[in-house]
Amino acid sequence: MKRLKVFGSLVKDSLDTITHGSKKYHLWMGFLTFVMLAGMYCYSIQLEHGLSVTGMTDRVSWGLYISNFTFLVGVAAAAVMLVMPTYVLKDIDFKQAVLIGEGLAVAALIMCLAFVIADMGGPSVLWHMIPGIGVFNFPNSMLTWDVLVLNGYLFLNLTIPLYILFRHYQGKDAKPKVYIPGAFLSVFWAVAIHLVTAFLYQGLQARPFWNNALLGPRFLASAFAAGPALIILVLGIIRNYTEFKIQDKTIKKIAMVVTVAAQINLIMLISELFKEFYAPTHHSESAYYLFFGLHGKDALLPWIWTAIPLNVLATVLLTFHKLRNNFKVLFFCCFILFIAIWIEKGFGLIVPGFIPGPYGKIAEYAPTGVEIGVTLGIWALGAFIFTILARTAIGIELGKLRYKKALK
Amino acid sequence: MSDSNNKWFSLNIGRKDREASKSCSCGKTSGGCGGSSNAHHITEDEFTEAAIHASIGEERTKDGFEQVFDVKMDRRSAFKKLTASLLIGAGAVSTSCSVISGDESKEKAQIDWEEQFKGNYKLMTDDEKKATVDRLVRSYQLRTGKTISMSSKNAEDNVLFGYAFNISKCQGYMDCVNACVEENNQDRDSQMQYIRIHEMKDGKGFNFNEADDNYYHEVPAEGHFYMGTQCFHCDNPPCTEVCPVQATWREDDGLVVVDYDWCVGCRYCMAACPYDGRRFNWSKPEVPEAEINKNQHYLGNRMRKKGVMEKCTFCVQRSRAGKNPACVEACPTGARIFGNLLDPDSTIRWVLENKKVFRLKEDLGTEPKFWYFMD
Ligand code: SF4
Ligand code: SF4
Repeated sequence: MKRLKVFGSLVKDSLDTITHGSKKYHLWMGFLTFVMLAGMYCYSIQLEHGLSVTGMTDRVSWGLYISNFTFLVGVAAAAVMLVMPTYVLKDIDFKQAVLIGEGLAVAALIMCLAFVIADMGGPSVLWHMIPGIGVFNFPNSMLTWDVLVLNGYLFLNLTIPLYILFRHYQGKDAKPKVYIPGAFLSVFWAVAIHLVTAFLYQGLQARPFWNNALLGPRFLASAFAAGPALIILVLGIIRNYTEFKIQDKTIKKIAMVVTVAAQINLIMLISELFKEFYAPTHHSESAYYLFFGLHGKDALLPWIWTAIPLNVLATVLLTFHKLRNNFKVLFFCCFILFIAIWIEKGFGLIVPGFIPGPYGKIAEYAPTGVEIGVTLGIWALGAFIFTILARTAIGIELGKLRYKKALK
Repeated sequence: MSDSNNKWFSLNIGRKDREASKSCSCGKTSGGCGGSSNAHHITEDEFTEAAIHASIGEERTKDGFEQVFDVKMDRRSAFKKLTASLLIGAGAVSTSCSVISGDESKEKAQIDWEEQFKGNYKLMTDDEKKATVDRLVRSYQLRTGKTISMSSKNAEDNVLFGYAFNISKCQGYMDCVNACVEENNQDRDSQMQYIRIHEMKDGKGFNFNEADDNYYHEVPAEGHFYMGTQCFHCDNPPCTEVCPVQATWREDDGLVVVDYDWCVGCRYCMAACPYDGRRFNWSKPEVPEAEINKNQHYLGNRMRKKGVMEKCTFCVQRSRAGKNPACVEACPTGARIFGNLLDPDSTIRWVLENKKVFRLKEDLGTEPKFWYFMD
């Protein structure tokens, strides 16, 4: 009972923090709300008219939604890069960063689920997927694996920080015995969500562009580059706008993670390109389409030729210690790396899988306004959730939020 | 209706039951079963039996070759079948009208409720299958005042459907495509077509990359040959494995089908199909009332809704009633051959044994039941 009371007061206090803030904060939240509402309006159009309002067709049947879903799974998985050293290796440096990282994971996972639901033709019968009342095609369908691991990961990333914050809120220390097993588990889990998501595509013999053994490992490498890159950017912003202290050492360590992952990612990219272009087979056509266009159809060229130089530039810059330790350069690198991987793993991965079609037909795909609107809305939703989570966490960590301070 | 669905429903009894119900689910009798008040039961059954004999009795004795080439005969029997189904439809109206209460909107709501929360067709017992089919027929009647007939006929024993395509004969007329659209109630707005005819240049081999599957000119075009593709009803279908809710599966007679009411529209199966065999309802499918084919099967050409997957079913409403699929019947050149692979006397078996047949993308291990051959 007492716990419940404490929890209630935590929720009340956090609501209080969320609704109060500077003008800039209110502007930011107002802006996000506006974008979310616009996205909801776009989604209502989609519900009314069906998925025909998107750019998807029978020839290219997955598009922007699934691209973003794939990318965001990677972002969610990256939180683990911070979890492990902090909780398990007792590296104090990361302690503040990790709560932010887990908040990011929660936001990313909710966005993932939102993107999947936005992509469904029949959201009203989604209960068919709930084990028990529906039919859950486990273990045959990789999608059911994905549903399981994503929700499990969401649960882990909600409960661990909640427990820690809950203890800190009451002015107590969190007991390592309670959260360390959870942290361990989430380390494996993070690898699993990413590998399983890769297997979703990798397991389709119909699509040679996806059906290659490197897809899973490359997913991991790019995730561990893009995710922490985003965390660095967020930490930079938080450092600037709040009193939350994040040491340079922390950011530098995360930058190291980003660098190594980006390097591995680049090596794998080279290996993939070598295979596709040194001895091109019939199965290399998708890669040809992606990088050079086929039969005059070249909608993806601007995207991929933005992504590749950005990726290479960021990786090279990050490789030099001097440059990496300069925060201006670091933030710039993280930003372009994030964009590059978003393109490469979203658009650059999903769309060419369908082009050329099973019989060589090249039908191009371009997202429509409605689709972009829904996508922006979901991103705004993610940012909104993250802001709320981060604000509460920072409040508690700074000691501003405490349970019945007066009584103590 | 499903209260007789007990745990002790043993296999033998089930089979017997299926045998018995076979006669009244031959494609057009669910109306008759639907109104099943006990008093009418026997007469209805007799009526049905007679009607079925009138409609497809002839085909039962025909072999595959005649079915393919004797177009006239088939049209006649199709006409007969249509008349028979109309008769049965009328019978259903009269019986059901005497049973129902006046409160139609209440019934409509009840049906909608039960339809929204019904289970996966694949896992239903025969009684439940019949119940849902009856509900759908009734719902259509309440909404439009028209009667359709919908079958829930199961796969028969010792049947495995297969298809062969004669590349030398096909001239690209696309009659099959049109017949398919009419038979299967596909969305007219988006011009959904299950069959694609690929026009290829002579001397280039089977070069799908340079083929045109969307031509609008007079055929046969000089220097070209034609090849049709559709769902190949793979014996080891990758599309069914990936479905998260088992809304699509391989039936015992080899047909790969979709339960349109169970599909959640994730389109994973579409990505998994190596043969471009699946079509998605991107918007609400529209078929003019006058053009609706009212002879339906739950797994086949019944009306779909938006946001669900569909595909060629080898016209399950026809093939399980002993007829050829619409494309086979419509083909003016006789390039299409359909039949039971387990029947040693069938035409399809003759083709497989005497022609040099091949299949597409055999390296994928999907085992399509769709063969190509040349004269
Ligand atoms: S052709 Fe495609 S849709 Fe048809 S059974 Fe094979 S994989 Fe499935
Ligand atoms: S679209 Fe429908 S049939 Fe296809 S995999 Fe998804 S739920 Fe299954």
